Amino acid sequence: MGGPIGTTAALWLAVVASGLYHGLNPGMGWPLAVSAALMERRQGALWRALAALGAGHLLAMLAILTPFAVMTVLLEWQRAIRLAAGLAVIALGLWILVTKRHPRFLSRVKPSRLALWSFLVALAHGAALMLVPVYLGLCGTEPDAGHRAAGMLMRDTLSIALAVALAHTAAMVLAGGALAWAVYRWLGLAFLRMAWLDLERLWAASLVLVGAIALATA
Amino acid sequence: MNLRPDPTFYPSPKLAMAAPTETIAFMLMLSPDRSRPDGLAVVDVDPTSASYGQIVHQVIMPYKGDEFHHFGWNACSSALSPLSGHAFLERRYLIIPGIRSSRIYIIDAKEPREARIHRIIEPEEVFAKTGYSRPHTVHCGPDGIYISTLGGGGPDGTDGPPGIFLLDCQTFDVIGRYEIDRGSQDKQYDFWWNLPRDYMVSSEWALPPQFENGLVPEDLLSNKYGHRLHFWNLRERRNVQTIDLGANHQMALEVRPAHDPVKEYGFCGVVVDTTNLEGSVWTWWREGGEWQARKTVTIPPQPASPDDLPELLKGFGAVPPLVTDIDLSLDDRFLYVSCWGTGEMHQYDVSDPMAPRLAGKVEIGGIVKRAKHPNGRGFGYGPQMVEISRDGRRVYWTNSLYSAWDDQFYPGDRGGAMVKADAGADGGLELDPDFFVEFPQGYRSHQIRLEGGDCSTDSFCYPSA
Repeated sequence: MGGPIGTTAALWLAVVASGLYHGLNPGMGWPLAVSAALMERRQGALWRALAALGAGHLLAMLAILTPFAVMTVLLEWQRAIRLAAGLAVIALGLWILVTKRHPRFLSRVKPSRLALWSFLVALAHGAALMLVPVYLGLCGTEPDAGHRAAGMLMRDTLSIALAVALAHTAAMVLAGGALAWAVYRWLGLAFLRMAWLDLERLWAASLVLVGAIALATA
Repeated sequence: MNLRPDPTFYPSPKLAMAAPTETIAFMLMLSPDRSRPDGLAVVDVDPTSASYGQIVHQVIMPYKGDEFHHFGWNACSSALSPLSGHAFLERRYLIIPGIRSSRIYIIDAKEPREARIHRIIEPEEVFAKTGYSRPHTVHCGPDGIYISTLGGGGPDGTDGPPGIFLLDCQTFDVIGRYEIDRGSQDKQYDFWWNLPRDYMVSSEWALPPQFENGLVPEDLLSNKYGHRLHFWNLRERRNVQTIDLGANHQMALEVRPAHDPVKEYGFCGVVVDTTNLEGSVWTWWREGGEWQARKTVTIPPQPASPDDLPELLKGFGAVPPLVTDIDLSLDDRFLYVSCWGTGEMHQYDVSDPMAPRLAGKVEIGGIVKRAKHPNGRGFGYGPQMVEISRDGRRVYWTNSLYSAWDDQFYPGDRGGAMVKADAGADGGLELDPDFFVEFPQGYRSHQIRLEGGDCSTDSFCYPSA
């Protein structure tokens, strides 16, 4: 990747790409937007459902990234934090690989609480955690971080966290929304069965991969 | 490894109707005197096959006295629930509860002709983890397998109310009770739901002492059998409304919600009205957030000479229709109603659910009529458990109700059987003269399940439109 600019671009690309990936994953909710539009028999319901799903996803990102943003002021611990984040992502990936069990509390969320559902799903399946190593990488590319006041630094890292969460969620909503709209408008429900690929292993593997890269580059 | 959902899972009823035609039916066999173990029969229903209408495989259980009644698949179209589905389950295992033993068999039916026992859940596990007994109706939910029970705890099943419990859909471990707030519900029979609209409906048959040793005439005449419908907030697990159909409407059994989840109505069959022996079908629906129910079909009793009637009915001089099962086609257009007493299968056009119209009828068996099958054979009992093919064109049914009750209405051993009728695209019903499954001597027949799903298995998360 070469210099910091190349690295930064690659990391931002990862933020957006993972957003697209999450958006296309049926497990993150686009079929709910299709269902909403079909149940209410109007396309407005699709956009409303999508907005709720996006809001939940965004909140989950912020909930996970914000504590790390605050911790980045602990400069001397930076490497340890990165290692811990990498290990946590790997652990979750392995957990998903091994257990194959769905968290039961998710089945208690009512269909009318889409934002809450999306928030919990993004947390439970590690969608938010997956972004942490990428985020930490972005914070690390800040020029001469070591020479700036902690308050300034935290403001910067918080704004990076917000930018990462927004960019990622925008990509997720865009991809999920486009697919939901296409299924609702043109492809029909039969497509749902074709598009619903078992991504669980791939998902778990992505977590492990992201974690491994984080460890290698920490 | 399968990366796509099971091809027998369908997002909507409409897509399920376009599915390939079933070639295999599964049917329960029960030994009414408990002298032999109960079993699962695999029936060839492919008309192009040499063994059409024959039992091609049997799974005989290791225990006696289970009393098989209803059963169901481990997974169905509900697995495509966008909210809590397990899209990569397989429709592979049949869950068969014994309503007398409380034992539950998990049968691996991946290769129907080589179906075998996968796991046995012993009664003690059910008792210990749920406090319920006598498991009955099985429904594959998006987050687990739901099983209703007829009995509570204790030896006679009256220690506490019966209810519904959950099985883990991957391990088949008993998870525990479903209900958080059951309200006044104290009896249980059938249940079903509308997943996206997040409600469940349940019905009432009777408590175990009222059925295990036969129908109790005094209880029936004093209206002590079930006669209420309960509406539940599915995910909150709360009984939100109870509708009493009137005490004279004894035994509210099968609950059949419209398959298309956009629709907020359904049907329920009532066995007998004790004031006039009528059978009835009720339509229930939601309006302004409140549930309502109204009687929309009545089927009158048929006069009969006391000499032709069993002891139980002699005093009445008439044979009641006894509506023991109903089933709704996937397009929500035709409702089939079994009249087990009079020996009739009715087909109602329920395009207008508030005004069902009789569209077809078949007479076979019956306490008095004893109508023969077109192939010239007797049917023994009357039409009972009915199952409809996904496309709605073939209707299968068997003839036994419940061991101890069969003997009160149809004394003697008259042989288990399964028949099939062809349904016209716009109504009309005709028995297939070439399809008549005779059961092994000493076995009776009960519920039918079709390969790849049927009209009382799958629940859908997306509308047909």
